[in-house]
Amino acid sequence: MIAESGHYALVLALGLALIQSVVPLIGARLRDPALMNVARSAALAQLLFAGASFAALVTLHVTSDFSVANVFENSHSLKPMIYKITGVWGNHEGSMLLWVSILALFGGLVAAFGNNLPLSLRARVLSVQAWIASAFYLFILITSNPFARLVDVPPEGRDLNPVLQDIGLAVHPPMLYLGYVGFSISFSFAIAALLEGRIDAAWARWVRPWTLMAWIFLTLGIAMGSYWAYYELGWGGWWFWDPVENASLMPWLAGTALLHSALVMEKRNALKVWTILLSILTFSLSLLGTFLVRSGVLTSVHAFATDPTRGVFILLILCAFIGGSLALFAGRASSLKQGGLFAPISREGALVLNNLFLTTACATVFVGTLYPLALEVLTGEKISVGAPFFNLTFGPLFVPLLIAVPFGPLLAWKRGDLVAAAQRLLAAGAVALTAMALVWAWARGGSALAPIAIGLGVFVIGGAVSDLVERTGLFRLPVVTAMHRGKGLPRATWGAAFAHAGLGVALIGIVYETTWNSEYIGTLHPGDVRGIAGYQLTFDGMTQRQGANFNELVSSFTVNLDGRKLGVMTPSKRSFTTRGMATTEAALMTRGVSQLYISLGEATADGGVAVRVYHKPLVLLIWFGPVLMALGGMLSLSDRRLRVGAPRPARSVRGLQAAE
Amino acid sequence: MRRILTSVVFALAIMAAPAVHAVQPDEIMADQAKEARARDLSRELRCMVCQNQSIDDSDAPLARDLRLLVRERIAAGDSDYQVIDFLVARYGQFVLLKPRFERETLLLWLLPPLVLFGGGLALWFQARRRDQRPAESTAALTPDEEVRLAALMSADAPRERP
Repeated sequence: MIAESGHYALVLALGLALIQSVVPLIGARLRDPALMNVARSAALAQLLFAGASFAALVTLHVTSDFSVANVFENSHSLKPMIYKITGVWGNHEGSMLLWVSILALFGGLVAAFGNNLPLSLRARVLSVQAWIASAFYLFILITSNPFARLVDVPPEGRDLNPVLQDIGLAVHPPMLYLGYVGFSISFSFAIAALLEGRIDAAWARWVRPWTLMAWIFLTLGIAMGSYWAYYELGWGGWWFWDPVENASLMPWLAGTALLHSALVMEKRNALKVWTILLSILTFSLSLLGTFLVRSGVLTSVHAFATDPTRGVFILLILCAFIGGSLALFAGRASSLKQGGLFAPISREGALVLNNLFLTTACATVFVGTLYPLALEVLTGEKISVGAPFFNLTFGPLFVPLLIAVPFGPLLAWKRGDLVAAAQRLLAAGAVALTAMALVWAWARGGSALAPIAIGLGVFVIGGAVSDLVERTGLFRLPVVTAMHRGKGLPRATWGAAFAHAGLGVALIGIVYETTWNSEYIGTLHPGDVRGIAGYQLTFDGMTQRQGANFNELVSSFTVNLDGRKLGVMTPSKRSFTTRGMATTEAALMTRGVSQLYISLGEATADGGVAVRVYHKPLVLLIWFGPVLMALGGMLSLSDRRLRVGAPRPARSVRGLQAAE
Repeated sequence: MRRILTSVVFALAIMAAPAVHAVQPDEIMADQAKEARARDLSRELRCMVCQNQSIDDSDAPLARDLRLLVRERIAAGDSDYQVIDFLVARYGQFVLLKPRFERETLLLWLLPPLVLFGGGLALWFQARRRDQRPAESTAALTPDEEVRLAALMSADAPRERP
């Protein structure tokens, strides 16, 4: 019953989406408010039904109803409850259902909180959302029905892929999808603007919070995925330039560019055409990511789908949306008037530079990811494009960008003064040079470029701090005044400073970890002691343990530093009986922001075990950086000016201040 | 036939994946400098049955064979280039994670700089053109929208006061 209800709810959602695709558009054309308002109720009802459908699938997984093929293939009655829930999207059908549910959620949010939008714009935005939704509802219903029943009900399920039985699956895909799908809002706004044939600064103000929200989720989603790969896959890497990772990085790069160009458009009414194009491209790249992952074009750890009919269907959706939107853009973009002049050296100029580099970086990832596929399709020749290519091409692009980051916020709109900005950055520059010298003097071995890169990271952080110091007048004015001014600064300014500092923090982590990590590979027997980066590890022995749905061989290592016991690390190997698969569970010990990392290999006949031990200095900064960026994004989002539909309370605040 | 074999090996590789290790203790060369060279080279070489993994990261049996082969060549006194050439001659360009700059990969290598310089040039021309032309005005807002815009804009008035 539940499965059929879920299926039927999805069909109803499709029906609502089809109505929502057409009726509001006609309403907008005829200027009929009643027809335009259909969009709002349809979007909310669609959210209700998509949500019901998703809830149905969750219920089926939680209750282990193995008569449903999806549950049978991906669940097991003994699986811990959390993985029964996360297993819902740990497979193709379920993850697509999550995708459309989030799409419906965003549509519902626009419907619920878009009261300050002009009626015709809201109607068109929701219509475009419904086009996307209809396409994906159809995709699920035709090729990937998660509610299909089995004729013979099996007594037990096949269990979820053990690699996915991790808390990471609870966080990473939903975050990533909130990001991917969130960009559909800016896409719909862009298409609606093109349909309306008019666009202004207010448009950017409406779009920015949605873009920011999507960007925050995508940033956290990518960072979380990277950390998950780091501790789960067991070889200590955190970014592999895998096509699936690239698929999420491309929308992030384009989305970051979009955030910055929308800023120019909001403040200065310039870069309109470019902002519209970026909105289209960002979501197109999200769709491309969905296609790459879901079609099975690439087969890797992330890709579970292999059915070609699905690939062709998503490819058609991809072509229709990207081709259609770009054609509309080509036809209508020239009618959008450019406004807001600015000198090359100005805040706008800096943001354009940011866009140039981010777009190039995005194009680099794009060509590196798709070139091997294209070449193989066209000529049959197979080449590989991997980490060494991206390190060589993508890395250098970020150097000028990072140098420019601290200057941007210090330049005035319209016409800036580069020398004045440089003077304000003198302190940051001095700190960066000192850091560079210290690292260079201290470092033994490693690339000569590493201290420079670390200095650059420090410069970016210093620049963010300088910006805040400059604006609050700290060190210049009495502390109380500075604090008062700090409180008065727009949250968006704080947000930008945090986000930029996060970039520097991540860079330092990346460079430090890559350059100065240490590694020990060897076979150890109980009682053996090995030293790494000053730590002494004693291998105590192995014990067998029984988990909920797996057997576990746990090795125990005592960690000492200068004769003092720090703790015990217990890496293990789990074998999952249902699938006959094994996973390595690495053990991590965090010391400050550095980590010791042990993962196990094969046990030898004489009671030894192959181990890999890493010391990863400052490794946690790699993920603190993105967290800081997301925090900056949230600060910006909480800015009153960006809050969706908040002008009224703002007026009352002003009234209070005037009374002072 | 080769395709089938590849897919079988691939399937095995995936199943074995998390269980075994990448570089294993018995592979490591006694000479530290040579081992370091082997590791650096391994990071540039693809495990052909894996998805975009270098032989240094991969646990597939083929990756192990390749790692041993690289070490064998290094022990035999080959230079880094000779080792790479040897592997490319045997397995083709597919084994390189960083493709060589050749006719087939022209676009791959040149697109990033082209986008950067093309974009830069376009911006420069646009800036020049804009200098020569007077500012254009945007379409006027309707009175209704003026009111809305004023309401929205007034939201930051207290915040942006210096």
